Amino acid sequence: MALWVDKYRPIDSKKLDYHREDAEKLRGLAQSDDFPHLLVFGPSGAGKQTRINCLLADMFGSGVQRMRIHYITFNTPSNKKMEITTVASSYHIEVNPSDAGIYDRLVVMEVLKSIAAFRTPDDTAKKPFKVVVLTEVDKLTKDAQQALRRTMEKYSGSCRLILCSNSVSKVIPAIRSRCLNIRVPAPTEEDITRIVMNVCREERVTMPADLAKKIAKQSERNLRRAILMAEATKVKQYPFPPGANPVVADWEIYLTKTAEVIIAKQDAEQLREVRNRLYELLIHCIPATMIMSGLLRELLKNCDNQLKCQVIAAAAEYEHRLQLGSKAIYHLEAFIAKFMSLYKRYVDNMMDF
Amino acid sequence: MDKYLQKSKPATGAASTKPNTVKASSTTGSKPDSGDASTSRGTGKTKASSSSETEKRPVPSHNFFASKSTNNQSVKKNLPWVDKYRPKTISEIAFQSDVVAVLRKSLKGEDFPHFLFYGPPGTGKTSAILAVCREIFGPDLMRERILELNASDERGISVVREKVKTFAQYSNTSIRPDGKACPPFKVIILDEADSMTGAAQAALRRIMEKESKSTRFCLICNYISRIIEPLASRCARFRFKPLPTNVIKERLEEIGGKENVQIESKALDALIRASDGDLRRAITLLQSISKLNSDAKVKQNDVLELTGYIPDDTISTFLDTCKSNDYDRVQEFAQHLVYSGHGAGQLFAQLQETVLCNQTITDAQKAAIIDRIAIADHRLMDGADEHIQMMDVGAAVMQALTAY
Repeated sequence: MALWVDKYRPIDSKKLDYHREDAEKLRGLAQSDDFPHLLVFGPSGAGKQTRINCLLADMFGSGVQRMRIHYITFNTPSNKKMEITTVASSYHIEVNPSDAGIYDRLVVMEVLKSIAAFRTPDDTAKKPFKVVVLTEVDKLTKDAQQALRRTMEKYSGSCRLILCSNSVSKVIPAIRSRCLNIRVPAPTEEDITRIVMNVCREERVTMPADLAKKIAKQSERNLRRAILMAEATKVKQYPFPPGANPVVADWEIYLTKTAEVIIAKQDAEQLREVRNRLYELLIHCIPATMIMSGLLRELLKNCDNQLKCQVIAAAAEYEHRLQLGSKAIYHLEAFIAKFMSLYKRYVDNMMDF
Repeated sequence: MDKYLQKSKPATGAASTKPNTVKASSTTGSKPDSGDASTSRGTGKTKASSSSETEKRPVPSHNFFASKSTNNQSVKKNLPWVDKYRPKTISEIAFQSDVVAVLRKSLKGEDFPHFLFYGPPGTGKTSAILAVCREIFGPDLMRERILELNASDERGISVVREKVKTFAQYSNTSIRPDGKACPPFKVIILDEADSMTGAAQAALRRIMEKESKSTRFCLICNYISRIIEPLASRCARFRFKPLPTNVIKERLEEIGGKENVQIESKALDALIRASDGDLRRAITLLQSISKLNSDAKVKQNDVLELTGYIPDDTISTFLDTCKSNDYDRVQEFAQHLVYSGHGAGQLFAQLQETVLCNQTITDAQKAAIIDRIAIADHRLMDGADEHIQMMDVGAAVMQALTAY
């Protein structure tokens, strides 16, 4: 049994639920004769991948949905064998170069070239080119992005790229200028509510309207998360009791509690306690950036205007260091310590008045 | 080497006196393979029915080339316009008059120095060197006389030592297969040279001098500061300036005419503004937009949407929100921007522009705001989280606007 997210993922561009106008335009693009490189960007859960799949289906027909897993091996300069997993149909191939870690440049160079150099021998094919879908382009190193530049131009005769990225700022301008940029905004809460209700109707689950609204709010405009949440809530207890709350992931509750611990008292003892909690989160593979922004959100609720500005400046600084450094715990803890000192000083000042 | 440098200098001086000659011929320049067909089509049918652009294109070309093998043609037809309208001769190169003048001299059999082209993307650096090589060597010989290496090729020190060295070592005749004379050297184009490692650049130093009998180098980069000094001093340097609006406008109109695309004048302005002097970006955008709309008409809104440009009123709303001195609203607004998929980098760029031009903000405030934008932009480059940086800038703007 498939998850609802996969089961109700639209596979035809006519069935897309929101941003209809953009979808129409993409369909027009798929039918036209030539086709530029695309850069699809937007927050996660906005439906980028779904749109790309629909676009491919429009271009090549249902053949693109027959996909197989394809392993590609290549040698690193130090003669280490690397293998990455790709998903391919006979018309397109999906590669996630950041799987290869620091060797992503090689993936771009070697793998793309070998795909691009091979021209589809089939004259009856609908389009005279293959499509390469690169996901998580924002995680590519700068080196790899540089390597992509000329490759995109050189093989434009036999191959088109669709780049998929969460943040457009992390893609170098040279690549952006070579692509048609397609922005996929997150669905609004109304959209999410409507879609969650639709999915539940299909599943013959009665979903109270207020619960759907709560889910939409909780999901932070991430449709995938909303649908997963709806399913999780259903699994937990069905039929829904009146006033049911959506199931929230454990780590989020844990994060909220951590913020409470920080607010409660600010001293070295408390910092040690917080450190344990941070380690707990980290060993469960919660990305450090998510911990940081989650904590920040919770902590800011307890600050007033002036303190907020100081806290956010500190957060911006430590988050930056977090990206540069290699050990997350230092920077998370530094941020917590900084917050504690700011907060304590602020509260003490208030006492003096 | 010194000889080359001295020779190239007076040439630039002479050129700047008559820059207009360069542009004049650009429209009449020949477009041997693809241009002709599309012009005749373009003038023939001006009024296009709604679905025309896509269906019409293949039909005439099939008639023209029915006897030839179709595969090659169809690939040609699908070329991005950037490649299709890449200048074939140096006289077609838009605007860069000094460079063109020097290149023209070298065509007439004068010395051909090592070149170092630098300048922002989309100003014609690669096009210039490719065009001059095509004119010197002709399309057939070009393949064997030119080695083009770019960042997508392995370019470590070992490649410089082996590939470049072996390529440079062969000597050449000075007669083209078609009997014309051509200079007896080869050209190695190192595209995107600023992404070469320092060691690889250092390895080039001696090779460049030693092989200068048989080989000329052309280094192309965006930032000259990333080329090591000894290498830069061996080349004749040329800065490619961002293209002025009228040149871009002319080119876009020309291409629009050939491809039978109607461009609203407002849309044209928006395109030029978005392209920032980058002709490639402008042409790519034009092509994408015309393909996206079935009626082959380019409208202003589409341009703004596709360039990732944040609407002006969103920016002013952002400033107003900051003025309200309510932190929660700023945070909410930043969140909203992230959800709608706008990039923080774009926000900062536009915010900076808006703040600079705003008369009601004092100089001290501007300084404070722009300082913070600069820091945030640097952090973004290092991969920091967009949302947090946006909030930081928002808070800074808020503080600056309310404090002074």
